[in-house]
Amino acid sequence: MLELSLSHYLTVSAILFALGIFGIFLNRKNVITILMSIELMLLAVNINMVAFSAYNGNLEGQVFSLFILTVAAAEAAIGLAILVVFFRNRGSIAVEDVNMMKG
Amino acid sequence: MAFQMTDIIPALPEIFLAGLALVLVLVAAFGGEEAGNARRVTRLSLVGIAIAVFLLVQGDAMPSLAFGGMFAADSFAFYMKALVLVGTFAALLLSLRPEGNDDINKPEFALLVMLALVGMMLMISADDLLALYMGIELQSLPLYVVAAMRTNSLRSSEAGLKYFLLGALSSGMLLYGASLVYGICGTTDFAGIAASLSSGDLPVAFIVGMVFMVSGLAFKVSAAPFHMWTPDVYEGSPTPVTTLFAIAPKVAAMALLMRLTYGAFGQIADQWSQVLVALSIASMAVGALGAIMQTDIKRMMAYSSIAHMGYALAGLAAGTPAGAAGVMIYMTGYVFMGAGTFAIILLMRRDGQAATKIVDLKGLSRTHPLLAIGLLVMMFSMAGIPPLAGFFGKWYVFLAAVQAGLVPLAVIGVVMSVVGAFYYLRIIRLMYFEDTDAPLDAEIPAVNKLVLGVSMAVILLFFAGLGGVLTATDTAAIALMGGAR
Repeated sequence: MLELSLSHYLTVSAILFALGIFGIFLNRKNVITILMSIELMLLAVNINMVAFSAYNGNLEGQVFSLFILTVAAAEAAIGLAILVVFFRNRGSIAVEDVNMMKG
Repeated sequence: MAFQMTDIIPALPEIFLAGLALVLVLVAAFGGEEAGNARRVTRLSLVGIAIAVFLLVQGDAMPSLAFGGMFAADSFAFYMKALVLVGTFAALLLSLRPEGNDDINKPEFALLVMLALVGMMLMISADDLLALYMGIELQSLPLYVVAAMRTNSLRSSEAGLKYFLLGALSSGMLLYGASLVYGICGTTDFAGIAASLSSGDLPVAFIVGMVFMVSGLAFKVSAAPFHMWTPDVYEGSPTPVTTLFAIAPKVAAMALLMRLTYGAFGQIADQWSQVLVALSIASMAVGALGAIMQTDIKRMMAYSSIAHMGYALAGLAAGTPAGAAGVMIYMTGYVFMGAGTFAIILLMRRDGQAATKIVDLKGLSRTHPLLAIGLLVMMFSMAGIPPLAGFFGKWYVFLAAVQAGLVPLAVIGVVMSVVGAFYYLRIIRLMYFEDTDAPLDAEIPAVNKLVLGVSMAVILLFFAGLGGVLTATDTAAIALMGGAR
């Protein structure tokens, strides 16, 4: 039987976090994908928090992860609202169309 | 850790403002959509901020920790909160008469600014990773919305979208860093983190977490290389919103960065100092060189603020009480320079439409001599010419850097402020030595006169009150470095 240790959790979370970062920077198509990548980053943090909470034997990390979940929901709502406003004005949500201002 | 009624007293200004924001939700919802209701909400907010300042001054007598150590109400928090309250008050005052191109006559505007203000004050008082995160999010989420406030403008919604995406990315980085710091230190309390760092070697994971946290906060203060959002957000947002961005949120983010580095990571200053030196040099260079080729004054002010953050970070990198005091003096000047400059930028209109190109300032000394003198004072102060407020900010920041042995950083800073003087002086040349055939609108509302007059008075007479400022910042710096613990 493989024993699951702290480092396994941290590795999974680091991979998820890196996927989130790369999703933001390498994605050239759709802003919705960026929103999903941001959620992925926050969920990676939650795994970290809960794993550390169990490892350290205190509850602060688990409480923290509940707060992160709540704020992530609010953040996604605001992000989608701004995206809808942008779509009404631009008629597109492609990343390459977010380009009115440069320099 | 149990909740006590006495916890409420140190947090009274925040609790009052949060309650007022909830009342304003009702006023905004039931008062109708017309401009009169928007002005009513703004006026109520201004009264609320004045009351919050009163409550803050009343509460200063008892520096304390509240809510199980999550909330620090020391003299550092007092000083920075006073700055943020004054800055937000000025920004809201200047938004009272928006029209034409910058139509943000919506009741939600002042309401969202009030929520962001509560967030900024919580950031300044945050003494725990959880309080830090909640403060940042409470500040950021309303600001994303106000950046996109003009819902029929492509530029405004694009500014809001960019601000949101990069802000959310920075929050994610900050949180990942916070999770590692929590994991290694076993606590989210700043005092506990500081205590756990005083013994033994630092694990690599902790260093990674610390760098992630500092990078996330560097996004919030728009330090290079994390500054990409700043010019676009400044340019695209409605000008009253840009005014707010230029004055208040960076003071709060800088205060949070100071509390994190000096408070939680105070024992390991040699570790984060190098990171801050790199951020400082990059910001000064990007700010000074990037501003030179700008044609839009709001965009130029964005680069100017990046440079200002670079100078402030030079004081922070010193890691000494003198450095902390220098940053506080710098931020004091920064708030009033921003308020005064934007009081003038908001007046740059031709036939009621905003005209925000730098060349629109041509011949201002002939058409609006008083505005030209005001902008002259602001630009000289930003360029760091004595005896104005901006000079003393730079002086104490670089002095602290030299005393801490960071001589190359101070030298680069002085060179960059000479480069930066070029674009401030260019504005003065346009105002005084060029003529225009299309003068700006003549009307100057009373609120702009008031804000400009007060800012000019503070900047011109800064040297007279310097003794008082130095006493206040020294006390605050000592409180920041552990006097309250």
